[in-house]
Amino acid sequence: MRGSILSKATVIAASSLLALTACTTDSSIENPPAAETGAAGEATPAAGEPSESSAEWFDQAVFDEQDEQRSATFEGDPAQPYLQYIDGEMTDTSAFAADGAQKACFSNASISNPWRQTGWITMNQQLQVLQDSGVISEMETRDAQDDDNTQISDIDYFIAEGNCDAFIISPNSTAALTPAVERACETGKPVIVFDRGVQTDCAVTFIHPIGGFAWGIDTAEFLSERLEEGDKVVALRILPGVDVLEQRWAAAERIFEENGIDAVDYFTGADPVEIKSIISDELATGDVQGIWMDAGDGAVAAIEAFEDAGADLPVMTGEDEMSFLRKWEETGLDGLAPVYSNFQWRTPLLALEKIFAGEEIPAEWVLPQSPITEEERGEFLTANEGMPDGHYAKFGGEDLPGYPTVWQERQIP
Amino acid sequence: MSVATGRSAVLEQNRSPRGERVLRALRTPSGAIFVLVAVLFVAVLAANPSFGEPGSLIRFIGRTAPIAIAAIGQYFVIVSGEFDLSMGSVVTAQVIIAGNLIGQDEARALPVLALMLVFGAFVGLVNGLVTTLLRVPSFIVTLGTMLALLGLVLYWTGGAATGNPADSFRQIGRGGIRDVPVLEIIPYPVLILAAVAAGAFWLMRRPYGRTLVAVGDNAQAAALTGAPVWWIRTRAFMLSSLAATVAGIILVGYAGVHPSVGRGYEFTAITAVVLGGVVLGGGRGWVLSAAAGAFALELLFTLLNFVGVQSTWRDSVQGAIIILAVGAAAQNWQRRRRTAASPTHDPNRPIEAPRPTPGTTEGGT
Amino acid sequence: MNRLTSTHIVYLVALLTVVAGTVLVGSTGRNFFSAGNISDILTGTSILGFIAIGQTLVILVGSLDLSVPYVISLSSLIGAGIMADQAGNILPAVLAALLVSALIGLANGAVVAGLKVHGFIATLGMGLIVSGYLGSTYQGSSGQAPLAFRLIGATGLGPVPVSTLIMLACAAVVLVMLNTTRLGHAMYAVGGDASVARMSGIRTTTPVIAAHVLCSVLAGLAGLLLAARLGVGSPTIGSQGGYALLSIAAVVLGGTLLAGGKGSLVGTLGGVLIFAMLDNIMSVLQINPFLKDVVRGIVIVVAVAVYARRRTVHRQARFGRTSTPPPGPGDARSGDDDGRSGRDAGTRDGVTA
Repeated sequence: MRGSILSKATVIAASSLLALTACTTDSSIENPPAAETGAAGEATPAAGEPSESSAEWFDQAVFDEQDEQRSATFEGDPAQPYLQYIDGEMTDTSAFAADGAQKACFSNASISNPWRQTGWITMNQQLQVLQDSGVISEMETRDAQDDDNTQISDIDYFIAEGNCDAFIISPNSTAALTPAVERACETGKPVIVFDRGVQTDCAVTFIHPIGGFAWGIDTAEFLSERLEEGDKVVALRILPGVDVLEQRWAAAERIFEENGIDAVDYFTGADPVEIKSIISDELATGDVQGIWMDAGDGAVAAIEAFEDAGADLPVMTGEDEMSFLRKWEETGLDGLAPVYSNFQWRTPLLALEKIFAGEEIPAEWVLPQSPITEEERGEFLTANEGMPDGHYAKFGGEDLPGYPTVWQERQIP
Repeated sequence: MSVATGRSAVLEQNRSPRGERVLRALRTPSGAIFVLVAVLFVAVLAANPSFGEPGSLIRFIGRTAPIAIAAIGQYFVIVSGEFDLSMGSVVTAQVIIAGNLIGQDEARALPVLALMLVFGAFVGLVNGLVTTLLRVPSFIVTLGTMLALLGLVLYWTGGAATGNPADSFRQIGRGGIRDVPVLEIIPYPVLILAAVAAGAFWLMRRPYGRTLVAVGDNAQAAALTGAPVWWIRTRAFMLSSLAATVAGIILVGYAGVHPSVGRGYEFTAITAVVLGGVVLGGGRGWVLSAAAGAFALELLFTLLNFVGVQSTWRDSVQGAIIILAVGAAAQNWQRRRRTAASPTHDPNRPIEAPRPTPGTTEGGT
Repeated sequence: MNRLTSTHIVYLVALLTVVAGTVLVGSTGRNFFSAGNISDILTGTSILGFIAIGQTLVILVGSLDLSVPYVISLSSLIGAGIMADQAGNILPAVLAALLVSALIGLANGAVVAGLKVHGFIATLGMGLIVSGYLGSTYQGSSGQAPLAFRLIGATGLGPVPVSTLIMLACAAVVLVMLNTTRLGHAMYAVGGDASVARMSGIRTTTPVIAAHVLCSVLAGLAGLLLAARLGVGSPTIGSQGGYALLSIAAVVLGGTLLAGGKGSLVGTLGGVLIFAMLDNIMSVLQINPFLKDVVRGIVIVVAVAVYARRRTVHRQARFGRTSTPPPGPGDARSGDDDGRSGRDAGTRDGVTA
């Protein structure tokens, strides 16, 4: 009995005590994020709107914009694609100019897939460079392990305890992280958002490659050119509900429809066992002429399913993951490796360098995103020789310290 | 075993005709799963007649082999009254070990294979000893192993393996005996499954198997007969982890290395075992029914693919069918138990449940 | 009665974690007891706390609930969807979300108590059904919680978040229910030994169904709280946190028997607190996310092992059995230390002690 009485007493005592203390509310909460959604171009708008059907992932305006950006000219040195951007509105950062090494706080969504792991390794090597040059004193990182709720806590912790001079945020999801990003903005310190967007433009810059629609256009147009009307394409998708992935499919599905290509989609969780079973079942019921993937993870299993069934290899789009590039060369199939530029993981820290120097930077920093074609493949295979299968060819860290061993051994801090 | 032989002679006289025994066996949950498999098979055939061709059928069995083997392994643990949630992580760990340690060097295939088996047995040993000697519930022990093992492997490899192991090693899961009449090919996984199933069937008819079921039914009673309960259960965990290892070896061949291989395997295996009429909590069910449960699940997935159920709704259909099937089976057990005057251990009543009793050949495992 | 119950041990472990936290967090130049840090820890306890309270009830009656992640997601979507950024819709939204959650719990309970399907499979199946519905109906996050509702997720009394206080209030209500009402006693009795309970005149299905309904409602509350924190409903928010297995681990860590019949809600809260502090410490130390899981896994097992052995000894004494303990190292376990056979119905830590 003692335990329960004690606990009840504790609860009562605690609550009455707390009632006496000051009531604290996170002030930023009072800017409802809905009010910010008007500032669309900034975020990834299709994902932002609450949607009830898959059709709503498709946004004609953004589709057209990204379609154009695919052929846009990028400012800056092509040898440093991670610093290139499409000319547009610039943010004046002179107010943030600072002397001496500054502390960065990085709230990361996760490192739960090979793409994020590769980027995270690159980011840490970039950090080393900036630490050596005295721009950044340290970077404190909290990893949310794919949980929105944890990431909100992480950002709140940084605000309260981090002594941060700047925030770098890679949001786990678009709408849910918007209030937390706004709270970070209210500290008056520079905030950089990259990869997935949020529904506010309070950040100094939002860094991302062109986007999911561009991926969908590149891949679906490639397949449509090579296939005939009525041909069957199997679309292998990782999971539903993630904007960057949904937009890839929304664009591709539209183009397949326009070209009369019969596309069926499956969710695979990137599990090669699942992928192989799906393709085997599809091959058992009829011919498959094309494979479309929303991420290259597991592409090898899809190709092997054709080999094992003794079927003709399909026309296929994968990703710039080494496993796909290697299998592509080995089998000689007709393919394309779309790219969701992994080098974007370097950009936030380099942007911070510019911000602390007071240089102006793009308000929306759109990085180049161009697929690897068959002609370019050999070049990337040679450049990345000895890298593990989960490595991404366009990781953009060749000039960083530790190259290539750090990436070869996948040393994750 | 002389006593058992004497008893079996008596039982032999009292046995009912074979047909009646088969019918009665099919009415038990562990028997009914074979009916379910047959029904699902017919449904798949109706949806896609080409599925019945010997070539594609044998490929289907090969594809189901890893999950069936995992279900057999999980059966040992469940029938002894425990859970093994670490199975999926063991599969993933083994897949990544194969990828990183064998690499493209074929000479390392055999030593690494041996290492994987030792490692599998070791994980099972740890699970078993912590469960039995430290008295931590197996649900918690294997949950801990699941988290820790996967985390360690991902930390070691930086999240992704270097690459697929040598092709000769992958042949175990990918290749087969070619140029077989009628079947075209007999995939190696089918042969491995047959061997594992035969071994498990044999083991469950050995004294070990019978004691294992007795331990699951009533560990105290089993302990009073002098059975080393802790060691019997520990070996069940080792068998489970070894089965996961074998499944991992097949999967790395079948599909290649990826950290998501094996994800959720523990739940699929447990579901398969329960579909096979094996009661969570232990003491009831046949080992081959557990394997049949795996086939039922895989047939269900295939059916959903062929019928073209929208990808997002598949989970729902699967969940509903699992609840219905297990609910129907549970009703059956309840009825059988209610017909008995006293719940379970009345010595005056013959035991009807198809648990392996010394001497009876009926049902066996 | 000066022996340690498992609840005492849980709080000793929690105290040990506090000490470790003070030292480790201190070593990075931070203060473990600073307002921001305490707020971080307590926020970490609130969501898992709701779920673990419900899970305690379900485990007490001898079942399990693996469907909670999907109930959480569904509740957040229904809540945020009906609110649609209108403060006036808060009440109907909350009621609708909790009603749907309760119905799922009712279905769980009916399958477990009526069809006699093991809770593991029943709720695994129910989770799949709901997950299919979520995947088919919602594409990504949806709905919008109005400002008044989001305040719940962002307000604190000093460093203590309101959400944590609501969670503790729920815990207090459930504690009173368990200790003083017939239903509470029946839950212990049914979990202890259903046939003994039946023979003592308890309707064995009612407590099981009630526990499942309460567990789902509490999961629904957790979903609403997440909607308040996120501002939107999300079809994946429940699975993101890995709440199903983590809540079961917290319950067992808190000293509740996995097979039911014996346990303490106060202990569960201790278990939740340990997890929250562990996460906080590891994040402050910037431990590699993969290694975090390793630490979690080891802590779960070691912490339960600390008292699992002695608890068995106590229970054996309480049985008052005359039979000599069986020989051999593992044999004292004899199958009932997780309560499968011969459970002692109706005893609980800190209640009858």
